[in-house]
Amino acid sequence: MAKETKTLNLNFGPQHPAAHGVLRLILQLDGEIVEKADPHIGLLHRGTEKLIENKTYTQAVPYFDRLDYVAPMNQEHAFALAIEKILKIEVPIRAQYIRVMFCEIGRILSHILNVTTQAMDVGALTPTLWGFEEREILMGFYEKVSGSRLHANYFRAGGVHQDLPKGLDKEIGKFCERFPKIINDLELLLTDNRIFKQRNVDIGVVSKQDALDYSFSGVMLRGSGVPWDLRKSQPYDCYEQFEFKIPVGKNGDCYDRYLCRIEEMKESVNIINQCLANLPVGPIKTDDGKISPPPKKDIKQSMEALIHHFKLYTEGYRVDKDEIYTAVEAPKGEFGVYLISDGSSKPYKCKIRAPGFSHLQAMDYLIKGHMLADVPAVLGSMDIVFGEVDR
Amino acid sequence: MQNIQDLEKILNSELNTKIKSSLIKHNQIYLKIEEADLTEVILFLKTNSKTKFRQLIDITAVDFPENEIRFKLVYLLLSHEFNQRIIIEMDVKEKEIVGSITSIFPAANWMEREVFDMYGIDFKDHPDLRRILTDYGFEGHPLRKDFPLTGHNEVRYSHETKKVIYEPVKLEQNYRNFDYESPWEGTKYIKEQTKE
Repeated sequence: MAKETKTLNLNFGPQHPAAHGVLRLILQLDGEIVEKADPHIGLLHRGTEKLIENKTYTQAVPYFDRLDYVAPMNQEHAFALAIEKILKIEVPIRAQYIRVMFCEIGRILSHILNVTTQAMDVGALTPTLWGFEEREILMGFYEKVSGSRLHANYFRAGGVHQDLPKGLDKEIGKFCERFPKIINDLELLLTDNRIFKQRNVDIGVVSKQDALDYSFSGVMLRGSGVPWDLRKSQPYDCYEQFEFKIPVGKNGDCYDRYLCRIEEMKESVNIINQCLANLPVGPIKTDDGKISPPPKKDIKQSMEALIHHFKLYTEGYRVDKDEIYTAVEAPKGEFGVYLISDGSSKPYKCKIRAPGFSHLQAMDYLIKGHMLADVPAVLGSMDIVFGEVDR
Repeated sequence: MQNIQDLEKILNSELNTKIKSSLIKHNQIYLKIEEADLTEVILFLKTNSKTKFRQLIDITAVDFPENEIRFKLVYLLLSHEFNQRIIIEMDVKEKEIVGSITSIFPAANWMEREVFDMYGIDFKDHPDLRRILTDYGFEGHPLRKDFPLTGHNEVRYSHETKKVIYEPVKLEQNYRNFDYESPWEGTKYIKEQTKE
């Protein structure tokens, strides 16, 4: 007698710790095998693009912190670069160094979170506890420089908001001395761990061609063996002055992506060290009074500075009519801003290209034929943060 | 790296009837094309050995309500081999149906869904054209310029009915959109007064 079988529809999320936020995944299961996955996104949609159209360029910056909220400054960077290119602003070299340094801190922040939570998804708790201790220190640097641990609002068109407080460079230097050992500890726990390997090796394999077709970027692309990193291929700010390697995977599975992230953290420490060693002195934002606000001291004495200050914080600065796409290598992949300005002080249109959006789109392709228990592993290795997917 | 000027020449000679205009700006190529040629142009850019734009970065639209042809649809492509970016633009009327490029780039699936959701532009032959970012049962297209910033409905949990309910938006204070332009450069209200 033949047994009757039927497929089971399973609702994964939106409230599930392994969904990394608010993902509703509708899975069609045949036994334990996933036949189809249909991600429903948008549960965290806040209308960022619409809001930015109604805010001045200065007011729009904090919205970028709230996209990928584990590496906020990397997003601000893309927006600042877009405005700078349109207005043809020269960014002082010290500001460029500070921006690169904090982008790399953001990369470490994001990669620690991803590597350790991915480990937690497949059953290891300790890496999370160890990793989050370090994240706390890094967020302390964010707080010292910008005033807040997460939503920094620090990068401006033409530089950064404030100079580094006294002694911060030494603190960051100390962290960089210590951190490679922490990475090593994490690796001791995970890299050769039998369970971790069983759960990740050969899971969610992406071929080179598919990685390109599905618009993958960042680690998802490099894990599949495509050596493409915007910091090298289309360098922005002063990235071409640094020496660093681009780790590339071989098999395109979850394990290779994990290894890429670990190596990238080491490279980031390397870049931060180079930043600290060569940190130039000088201004930290452009001195163009029409774009960056004057120092407080000048406001008290100079009429013109006062007018500039008033105009910048009411009307904001104007951006010439133009249209541009700029992209940065955010921790998760290519984060881009397609900006259309119309000569006023508010963007006419600001499309945000989030790397996670295209990655999550491939969920169905990645998970088909895998077991139900592989869903968190694949999801974890994609590095999804819903702030940027839903925007 | 292939020179961007050469690339523009190649595009203009190979696709000359299909390109309305091309421009190099900010180290990127801006192409304007007709809606009817879209799939052909995209397929050419992806497969031709001299262009190799093998990655679709994004699809988006821009709303110009005052224009006769209301929308501008924008496709961003990237070529790893030649390290070049291209921005393809075309004008689309309201209610016009555009050909889908999901058969060329599978990544276009969600991107087209997003454009449909946000701007209400329909795509022909799309495998699964549903809303993507907005709520289930949402009405309207939020990124159109005539859609109010506050939206139409708000959601709250009702203790009386013991469920989540939708209500028209009620604001204690209306959204204030100040006109900051300096009077001697012509704020809107001065411009309106001088017109009369």
